[in-house]
Amino acid sequence: MASISDDRARAAAPGAAVERAPLRLPKGWAYLPLALVLLTFPLYANGFWIVQIGAYSMILGIIALSLMFLAGYGGMVSLAQMSVAGCAAYFFAILGHSSAEAISLGWSAWLTLPLSLLIATAFATMIGLLASRTAGIYTIMITLAIAVAFFYFTRQNYDLFNGFNGFAQVEPPHFFGLDWRQPLPFFYLTLVVSALCYAAVVYLRRSTFGLTVQALRDNQRRMRALGYHVTGHQVAAYAASGFMAALGGLLLVWLNTRISPGTIGVGPVIDILIIAVLGGLRHPIGPFVGALAFVLLDNFAIDLIDRERFNTVIGLCFLAVVLFSPDGLLGLWEEARAALTRERRPRD
Amino acid sequence: MLAALLVAVVFLVGLGAGWWQLTGQDKRFIATVLNGLTLGALYFLVASGFTLVFGLMRNVNLAHGSLYLAGAYIGWTAADATGSWFFGVAIGFLAMALAGLALQLLVFRRMEGQDLRQTLVTIGLSIVLADLMLWQWGGQTYQFIPPDWIDGTVRLPMVGMGYSEYRLILFLAAVVIGVGLWLFLNKTKVGTMIRAGVDDRDMLAASGVNVQLVFCVVFAVGAGLAGFAGVVGGTALSIAPGEDTRYLLASLIVVIVGGMGSVTGAAVGAVLIGLAEQLGLVYSPTYGVVYTFLIMVGVLVWRPQGLLGRGG
Amino acid sequence: MTMLSRRSLMTAAAVAVLAWGAVGPAQAQETIKMGALATLEGAFAVLGQDSMRGVKLALQQHNYMAGGKKIELIEGSSDASPDSAIRAAKKLVEQDKVDVLVGPLSGSEGLAIKDYAKEHLGTSFVNGTSAAQDTTLRDPAPNFFRFTTDGAQWQAGLGEYAFKNKGYKKVVTVAEDYSFPYTQVLGFMNDFCRLGGHVVDKFWVPIGNKDYSSIVYSIPSDVDAIYVALGGADAVNFLTQYEQAGGDKPMIGGSITVDQTVLGTKGKKRDYLIGTPSAGPIADNWDNPEWKKFVKAYQDAFPDGFPSPSLFAHGYYISTLAVLESLDAVKGDLSNDQAKLREYMSTHEFDTPTGKVHLDQNRQAVADIFLTEVAANDKGQLFNKVVKIIPQVNQTLGMDRDKFLAMGPVSRDNPSCP
Repeated sequence: MASISDDRARAAAPGAAVERAPLRLPKGWAYLPLALVLLTFPLYANGFWIVQIGAYSMILGIIALSLMFLAGYGGMVSLAQMSVAGCAAYFFAILGHSSAEAISLGWSAWLTLPLSLLIATAFATMIGLLASRTAGIYTIMITLAIAVAFFYFTRQNYDLFNGFNGFAQVEPPHFFGLDWRQPLPFFYLTLVVSALCYAAVVYLRRSTFGLTVQALRDNQRRMRALGYHVTGHQVAAYAASGFMAALGGLLLVWLNTRISPGTIGVGPVIDILIIAVLGGLRHPIGPFVGALAFVLLDNFAIDLIDRERFNTVIGLCFLAVVLFSPDGLLGLWEEARAALTRERRPRD
Repeated sequence: MLAALLVAVVFLVGLGAGWWQLTGQDKRFIATVLNGLTLGALYFLVASGFTLVFGLMRNVNLAHGSLYLAGAYIGWTAADATGSWFFGVAIGFLAMALAGLALQLLVFRRMEGQDLRQTLVTIGLSIVLADLMLWQWGGQTYQFIPPDWIDGTVRLPMVGMGYSEYRLILFLAAVVIGVGLWLFLNKTKVGTMIRAGVDDRDMLAASGVNVQLVFCVVFAVGAGLAGFAGVVGGTALSIAPGEDTRYLLASLIVVIVGGMGSVTGAAVGAVLIGLAEQLGLVYSPTYGVVYTFLIMVGVLVWRPQGLLGRGG
Repeated sequence: MTMLSRRSLMTAAAVAVLAWGAVGPAQAQETIKMGALATLEGAFAVLGQDSMRGVKLALQQHNYMAGGKKIELIEGSSDASPDSAIRAAKKLVEQDKVDVLVGPLSGSEGLAIKDYAKEHLGTSFVNGTSAAQDTTLRDPAPNFFRFTTDGAQWQAGLGEYAFKNKGYKKVVTVAEDYSFPYTQVLGFMNDFCRLGGHVVDKFWVPIGNKDYSSIVYSIPSDVDAIYVALGGADAVNFLTQYEQAGGDKPMIGGSITVDQTVLGTKGKKRDYLIGTPSAGPIADNWDNPEWKKFVKAYQDAFPDGFPSPSLFAHGYYISTLAVLESLDAVKGDLSNDQAKLREYMSTHEFDTPTGKVHLDQNRQAVADIFLTEVAANDKGQLFNKVVKIIPQVNQTLGMDRDKFLAMGPVSRDNPSCP
């Protein structure tokens, strides 16, 4: 059923860029200071930094992490992760409360929350089913086509997606008597979800499932010969990453309190890829690093350079990373460390 | 291309048979089908270059839409400066052919076999190009002024309604170019090499052919066709920011439907998508994009390699 | 490398992030911070730049002083999507701590900013040029002020003129499929339908679609005119395709339709365009000393700007002007959640280059609208001739507020009079 011969699929597989030894990053308690900083961040920062830089970076990081999981381990570069996130956000607004009273059903958050996650995950599974009909570089094309078509569709459809206007005043639920819109609760909510997603990816990477997916990336034919269900594993990877993207989508709609086609347009779809590649596709911390860099640039570029050319700057950064540092900012980190080590060695 | 002609012929014969009972509704349908075919012709022009490049080099050039738009802008500037539309067409083609050549020589040649990196590079290029074009040409919409003798109205004899002469010429031009491409691929030595390369890249290299030269030719022709399409398409419709994405999406869907690397497939896919889009626009505007999408899904489920793609 | 040095590197990075985060701008006592938000990126970048010219012109004329305090301008940029507008506004309000925010430019951004304004009652939000109706009509924010008119107001008088003076009884509309054109169509249809006209069909073109060829064949041949609310270049494109399909009905233009692209058309379409009516918040060729003074000031200040200020420069100019004059009047007193400033802005009548402006109960402008018609001058060049000034148009277009609200929010199908 795989239409492209395996040779071709292999030639086209993106493994070339990612098929290398895992990055050697500091392990264990070396992360303690980072964790401390994250946990105490709201003590030093104002509301803008807590939410618009901190939480927003983590949300983009979660969505980019879902791409990193697919691309880095599965070799499937899906450009539709933002669409999956948007799908969850849209259905949270459609099933729950929003300014578009004629459309929103006004169901309880206990119902809308799991349902919107479910629908988005189902959407991701369908994307996976379609994309795994072919292999390798086709994935990018198919998922990009799906993402753009979804964007055009939400913009045209007024019955369900409320067209160009989308939905406003989409509030997070008031669980446990807390207003999750407030900077502090929202920051910690995002932090917890990010940590869980990160832990899930780290766990999945070492699980049988994760190892199978990585083996599929490296040699599909051999795995099929060994009796593995190739499509099944790939679609499952899409579903898992789709669930992660959906979590990010829900947090995003709670942050913005609105969702409209612009949120899932071509720009944001590509931004997720930029973030993942910028951070590095070989370690789950990469997407978060990339997201932080992206958000800082996005917010403060106007104070440093002419805002008008922001896209040129971000595009050139992206090109530079792809051309010169295939492992993104994490790769730079590793190189810097290697350089430091070399310098130190004589003294050791 | 044959299939497109066939559709047109069947359709015109059908018209001839029933011309005396045409109502306003029928006219609208006929016009919409004609629009679908001519839009398909434009899509074919854009997508044929995309599919050629992919077929041979496995390079998914996601900057193909940017080449379309850049060709259109540069062609417009040339036509505006000289007052000659044909000069604009020529410049649109040449400028993008050169750009394609430069891309192949300076960028892609250095990362052969790394498909993902090549694709990521094209994405980066499309972001930068889109922004630079916005810088240079601004956000406004541009229009070409084609020569009067191709910009008139044709009275369609059997239907009794006017139709844009330019769009009919665009369709003919696409047919001519399609046939030309077919002849080039099937009857010339370079074409044979290209086809051999599509089927088996390594064998081609092993047989002593200068693969790099073949790659350059294909990339230049593919990119040039995008630039050419930019000018002729920009004349039929108009040029504005965002058109790069539209035509990239059209190219993606056309080649997924038609089959990678197949010029005939691109023709069939283009006509299908063009018709779906126009019929959708008239009969159910909200869901127009859904038809296009459903065609893609259907093909992926039924024949993942595309209607005329080669199966493995 | 030892574990210790690795850790210290991480700590250093973390501290760097924190340090950056903790540095907030010091709030000077004798300055008032004004944020200006416009589309400085994306397809509307050129319009956003012209908007900023409007802000700067007003500030220059005030020497960057108001109410005895220095005004500091901080720019923000969006790409016309509500998400980006909100992000930019959050930075201006929460990070840069502006006292007054002028903007945004487009309709859906305006709706988003209005919602956001409710969360920051300490800041005053003054609209730029966004023209969606519901920004102020339904569920308004107490600290959101709009000195510009909305998309429906812009079309005031056009329906009546088309019906009575032009004698059009049956028309179809062609416009892009989103809220701004809906609002324009409503503004036109309100009068037109009330007088007994019929809008037999509305064609909504998907955003960005430049191919009107299938729509032109759907236009019935028995209509009197076509109401076109597309941007100028798109309108020319539409007219070309319509003409090629054999159509010959006259056009009625929306507020952004009959621009220089349309007026500069050469060839046979030229004669056809003469007599095309349209309406909007400004008219380039208005023969009025105040307006001419404004145009002159704009041209002097910005030699690289447009030949004449766009409606975006105009909108941002009068909005900024209203803020500055109000600050002067209250002597820069921003205490008590800017109560005095808001009171003044809400109740005072302002003189602008386009006549008097005052706000209604929802802080929405009541202002003059210009009805124009395409005419040829001595040299044969086409221009928009001011036919009539519709004085002091309010948001409900002269109707009773309750009745107007009862018609429901504007959409593809509302209003309707087939």
